[in-house]
Amino acid sequence: MAGIKSLEELKRLKEEALAKRQARTTTGGIQITVGMGTCGIAAGAREAMKAILAVTEEEGLSDIIVRQTGCIGLCEWEPIVEVEIGDQPKVTYGKVTPERARQIMKEHVIGGKEIPEFKIPA
Amino acid sequence: MSAVRSLVLVSGDPQSLARGASDVFSALQAEIKRLGLQDEISLLMTGDLGRHDALPLVIVYPEATIYGPVKPENVPWLVEEHLYKGRIVPELQASAAELTGQIAWLTARQGTLPAEQRVVLRRAGLIDPEDIEEYIAHDGYEALGKAVTQMSPQEVIEEIVQSGLRGRGGAGFPTGIKWRFVAQVDNYPRYIICNADESEPGTFKDRLILEGDPHSIIEAMTIAAYAVGAQEGYIYVRGEYTLAQQRLQTAIEQAQALGFLGDNIFGRDFRFNIHIHTGAGAYICGEETALIESLEGKRGEPRPRPPYPTTHGLWGKPTVVNNVETLANVPAIILHGANWYRQMGTKNSPGTKVYTMLGNVNVTGLIEVPMGITLREVIAIYAKGMKNGATFKLAQTGGSSGSIIPASLQDTPMDFDSYSRAGVSLGSGALLICDENTCVVDLARVLLRFFACESCGKCTPCRVGGQRARQILTNIAEGVGSLSDLDDLETISTHLYNLSNCGLGQTAGVPIRDILRHFRAEVEAHIRLKVCPTGVCAMSGRRVKVR
Ligand SMILES: Cc1cc2nc3c(=O)[nH]c(=O)nc-3n(C[C@H](O)[C@H](O)[C@H](O)COP(=O)(O)O)c2cc1C
Repeated sequence: MAGIKSLEELKRLKEEALAKRQARTTTGGIQITVGMGTCGIAAGAREAMKAILAVTEEEGLSDIIVRQTGCIGLCEWEPIVEVEIGDQPKVTYGKVTPERARQIMKEHVIGGKEIPEFKIPA
Repeated sequence: MSAVRSLVLVSGDPQSLARGASDVFSALQAEIKRLGLQDEISLLMTGDLGRHDALPLVIVYPEATIYGPVKPENVPWLVEEHLYKGRIVPELQASAAELTGQIAWLTARQGTLPAEQRVVLRRAGLIDPEDIEEYIAHDGYEALGKAVTQMSPQEVIEEIVQSGLRGRGGAGFPTGIKWRFVAQVDNYPRYIICNADESEPGTFKDRLILEGDPHSIIEAMTIAAYAVGAQEGYIYVRGEYTLAQQRLQTAIEQAQALGFLGDNIFGRDFRFNIHIHTGAGAYICGEETALIESLEGKRGEPRPRPPYPTTHGLWGKPTVVNNVETLANVPAIILHGANWYRQMGTKNSPGTKVYTMLGNVNVTGLIEVPMGITLREVIAIYAKGMKNGATFKLAQTGGSSGSIIPASLQDTPMDFDSYSRAGVSLGSGALLICDENTCVVDLARVLLRFFACESCGKCTPCRVGGQRARQILTNIAEGVGSLSDLDDLETISTHLYNLSNCGLGQTAGVPIRDILRHFRAEVEAHIRLKVCPTGVCAMSGRRVKVR
């Protein structure tokens, strides 16, 4: 990408980025976000992430994006995994061990059924 | 984090207790449960609520309605009307006698049960910190573009001055004024330093920002550079923060690739570059002049001040040193304006503050709330109360360089001015919340141990005073203290404050001052009775040699 030389160019880039995200939600794409701050990693976020990727591969899932983010301040609940399917509201799971991660993948992501016991209470 | 919708306080001072406050409390508890409101309403028994003509008092937040005197038989009616149906019960309200400052302030805050307000942390935990596109999708670099293409450097400085933003690194100095000082000195080059040393025990707010939203710091530093006319910037990151360093490095490279760093930023005649420098584990290197020494490759020891870094900073040149959280506010202020920023927080401390909550509470972690909320609110609403229903005894702010806040100050608004009027300080934003099982002698001993270890040794009061105070506290904790020790402690505390070269020594005496001011009886019990009232100190009666 070439350098941004004006606010207009920046706004265009922003709109492109937003359009990409929009496209993802309208086509029912799946986005899984793992909290990967130091607290998350210390609590086992990498293991959770690996389990998620493993299931994705085993099951040959497509149209799925696994991404990382920083800490949101709920360090006690790490590792935190968020599941967003299409335009449905995002579901936030806490204390996600690799086993839980597999279960979330199988039951929620593939099966379409949320797992209330793993959710972070509001 | 969802907040409870209402907070109910019952006065629990001795007078109120004598007039049946406990029964009122249990009745409230039962009634709230009966109506199934326990998850929405936080009920707390507190200390003195500030007026004594209508005890026991019940105060209902966020309306700040004051009821009193309340009898147990009034409770079902009160709960059903006010908490269930949302109607104030005038018959039970306390007469409009003159209110004390504390409650008057509660009333002024009518209707604002402080929800979390995220400015600094608005993107942390949402975006992928290693993807500049996500930052841009969330308004990233727009503030920089606006500043560079539509505002003059002076206008940028004025906007920050108008916003009232104050330093979040501990001292609370007005950021815009600092920038103006640097811009006024006719000496080049000028430098921008981001203080990311964050070595206060229990504080990890800066780490969260750096790891979760590194581009916001790059953008803010670049705005600062444009405002004061700097071309080089340094981020001094704590050595242990390896993930933050990696993400900053990635962010810098991405920003360079898109031209947000480098030459001709936004097509203008403005260039700026950022370098990362890692610390090596010394607490003192968070002090801005020691930090500068360390950056210059020297031993991290503070310089005498004045001259301040604004005139004689890095390599003797005018330098802005700002904390991570301070900087993270900057893009939002430029984008939305000073007036927007001033809607949050209090008049003299606008904006929000990030706190790390730790200790004997149900929920620990990070929150960002408006300046001026109270410790009581933090504990009740965000920390969801004390663990195991224990009683709140004190909070230690700032990890170590802060104050010990006794329960009697928990209704003091947490902002720079209110706290300094109360003789305490906010520190860096760690809130170590302690229950009644915490021994103040032990707490002070732990803190003094930290200061004694971290003293750089350059000036005598700090080097010797810290050690000596630690030794005396250890003796007291061992049951071999004498009353004259307390006089010695007071003297050391005063000397540390008056004679030390930098903030480290100056705050080292604060825990001593605070425990003697607020908890003297407990300290004296260790000496007179050879008893640690909380049972924490070993009190073996054997003098242990303190290294
Ligand atoms: C012993 C000591 C340690 C300090 N550690 C830090 C630190 O880790 N991070 C920080 O931002 N400020 C720290 N400070 C405060 C800095 O000296 C300085 O006031 C601050 O970086 C200024 O930035 P601000 O105006 O944005 O708050 C420390 C001060 C002292 C005396």
